[in-house]
Amino acid sequence: MSRPGYVLEVDRSTPPVLFHHGEGFSLERLPVGSRVIYPPEPVKALADPDAAVRRALLEPLGTDPLPARLRPGMRLTIAFDDISLPLPPMKGPDNRQRVIEAVLDLAAAAGVDDVELIAATALHRRMTDPELKHAVGKRVFDAFAPHGLLYNHDAEDPDGMELIGHTDEGERVEINKRAATSDLLVYVNINLVAMDGGHKSVATGLAGYPSLKHHHNVRTMQHSRSFMDQHRSALHSSNWRMGRLLAQQGPPIFQIETTLNNDTFPKPFDFLQRREWEWSARDRAAYLAAASGLERIPRKAARQIFQKILSPHAMSSVQAGEVEAVHAATTEQVYRSQLVPVEGQTDVLTMGLPYICPYNVNSIMNPILVMCLGLGYFFNLYRGKPLVRQGGVLIMHHPTPWEFHPVHHPSYLDFFEQVLTETTDPVEIEAKFEEGFATDPWYIHLYRKSYAYHGVHPFYMWYWGAHALEHLGGVIIVGGDPRAVRRLGFKPASTLRDALEMASDVVGRDPSITHLHAPPLLMADVS
Amino acid sequence: MKLVPRKGFPLRAPTWPGTVPRPPAPSRTGVDFDTAWARRPAARLARAALVDLAIRPAVHAIASPAVDGRERLAALEPPVIFVANHHSHVDTGLLLSLLPERFRRKTVVAAAADYFFDRRAKGTLHALAFGAVPVERTKVNRRSAEMTLGLLADGWNLVIFPEGGRSPDGWAQEFRGGAAYLAVRSGRPVVPVYLDGTRHVWPKGQRLPRPHKVGVTFGTPISADPGEDARRLAARIERAVAALADERASDWWTARRRAAEGATPSITGPEAAAWRRSWALKSR
Repeated sequence: MSRPGYVLEVDRSTPPVLFHHGEGFSLERLPVGSRVIYPPEPVKALADPDAAVRRALLEPLGTDPLPARLRPGMRLTIAFDDISLPLPPMKGPDNRQRVIEAVLDLAAAAGVDDVELIAATALHRRMTDPELKHAVGKRVFDAFAPHGLLYNHDAEDPDGMELIGHTDEGERVEINKRAATSDLLVYVNINLVAMDGGHKSVATGLAGYPSLKHHHNVRTMQHSRSFMDQHRSALHSSNWRMGRLLAQQGPPIFQIETTLNNDTFPKPFDFLQRREWEWSARDRAAYLAAASGLERIPRKAARQIFQKILSPHAMSSVQAGEVEAVHAATTEQVYRSQLVPVEGQTDVLTMGLPYICPYNVNSIMNPILVMCLGLGYFFNLYRGKPLVRQGGVLIMHHPTPWEFHPVHHPSYLDFFEQVLTETTDPVEIEAKFEEGFATDPWYIHLYRKSYAYHGVHPFYMWYWGAHALEHLGGVIIVGGDPRAVRRLGFKPASTLRDALEMASDVVGRDPSITHLHAPPLLMADVS
Repeated sequence: MKLVPRKGFPLRAPTWPGTVPRPPAPSRTGVDFDTAWARRPAARLARAALVDLAIRPAVHAIASPAVDGRERLAALEPPVIFVANHHSHVDTGLLLSLLPERFRRKTVVAAAADYFFDRRAKGTLHALAFGAVPVERTKVNRRSAEMTLGLLADGWNLVIFPEGGRSPDGWAQEFRGGAAYLAVRSGRPVVPVYLDGTRHVWPKGQRLPRPHKVGVTFGTPISADPGEDARRLAARIERAVAALADERASDWWTARRRAAEGATPSITGPEAAAWRRSWALKSR
């Protein structure tokens, strides 16, 4: 049986604690009395995931079995989560491959000819062919892609979107036309964190800017405490309103959600998910070899090594059927594998940011993504109260290089140069710049024809951290490029010790300190 | 702010935080003692040399064994389970050194985990010298059972003393079911062996051995009948060893007749007060 998460109180015998640091890591000494929150160990994986998938399709929650919903002559669309899930990308076969193959087996048996598969990219970059092949598997890719039946969602295709209607709160619900006009839309999800899945799958994944702007905005983010907690998330509420409208007026949806255990890093990086005092001689040797090797090679080479990591994630559950019934079961599974009870908030929260976030798979973690990962994702990995108190300090460990992927993140570079030089205030940024970037024809062209994130995407990344920016008294980045860190509006520090010293100016001389030992991912249940 | 000292980690092993309860250390003695190394070629070679050059000459010098019934093993294919009564520390070395070579070179001895493997050095010595493997003597331990069954499946012969320990008073103790259980589970034959007179060489409570003639009788191999359970087989094995004792005390024909009549004298002695058991022993 896997061990639950653990909150360690640091004493004089505690060994130095691991901090991720982009394409590297370091061991840091924390002050005596600090707390370290360790994630739960990976829960047991399904012994026979393919059988579990088949059972889920034949015994769905809140709806008829999938075979009963398939018939000859129907229009069937299968949409699936894009490259942003899971993290790191998983070793094959990917959950999506297992599920899609099972769905197609049933569709073939039912004589369904009109089948198309869509990567639900929303405003993310298009997936490349090798990425699509990895996600859906070679068999599916070879059967559909050459015929143009497996493709990326295009939210800016003037003929490719269909208006479903407006919610009671005036939110425009518009999704991919092929999906909207299907007799059945099957959505295949991988649920990595509590925010994923549910109505968000279709209402966000197959939507475009006119719909997304209703919930991807500063107000929603500041009213999501946190956006990982469905009951206190304005983002979730908006998606749910849209999803319920889709359920009433949109295409019939058959949702299939899968969860993963927390087995994140393969050998030789598996020491990253062990508690330091339990490191074996092999773990220590792997750490020393990796840390010293990575220091000596160019950042580009290190990035290539890390981007090749495929996680040993295994499917821990699969459920299918009606969206809300399915998502309730999924969320329970995610909580089971990630929730760690934590007593009370802290003055200073430290975290080591890894090399990857949802938006730099096979790409570069630029400074805006560093902000999004730290203040957006990791800060929001809580239920109840934020881990750090109002006015507290967040210390992040990351090299924060002044680097941008020229193909994937063109609007990010302009956001960094044109917007952040003027202001870092999310409210002002939204009011003054968003519309221009969102409707810029060049960014739209690059989103549709190249592999670029949409022009508005860096704004969303900034809004993702809006709750943290409003809540925190200061943000310090250790080991980052000082110019890039200052551009983000944060303070650079050379060492953790310096950062703790700087933090004491804000939170006093004897602050409580908590370190978030992630990834592997955890969600703090703060009482 | 007081920082935690580095203390050489990760070059050295990490220290254990005082705030984290320590899990019980995994046991490396008793039934958890790992003896796999003692069955590798180098250890087997060393043991063969030790048995042939040291143990056998020493045992023969002290005990001068007279051996009967070895011809009963001629048609037997290993692996088999040798089951003997147990009076003395000399029993293991004596029996090992008298086994035909095709059995001796690949034989392990089931030894009490709590006695022979309670310390690392002691366990290492017994594993190397006798091919001893730790077994729980007070109950059937799943780990011991699976290990010995695995060894039988790998072609290793097994010597086992089913009394669970040396005789405290010269009479045999009741045979426990472990050997019979292994025979039933593995389907391998059991060879009953009677060791006579070893209680005079090195009995329980005596510090050093003293010379005395002994006798060793190998019996006809016994296999579990279809559907026979371990308890019945254990009783049959005990009767077979008792018949061998009778054979040595009288003669083969007399022993066979008494066995056929169910009149084989018990090897566990009379159920009586200690002095009467000692008295009866002297008359054997």
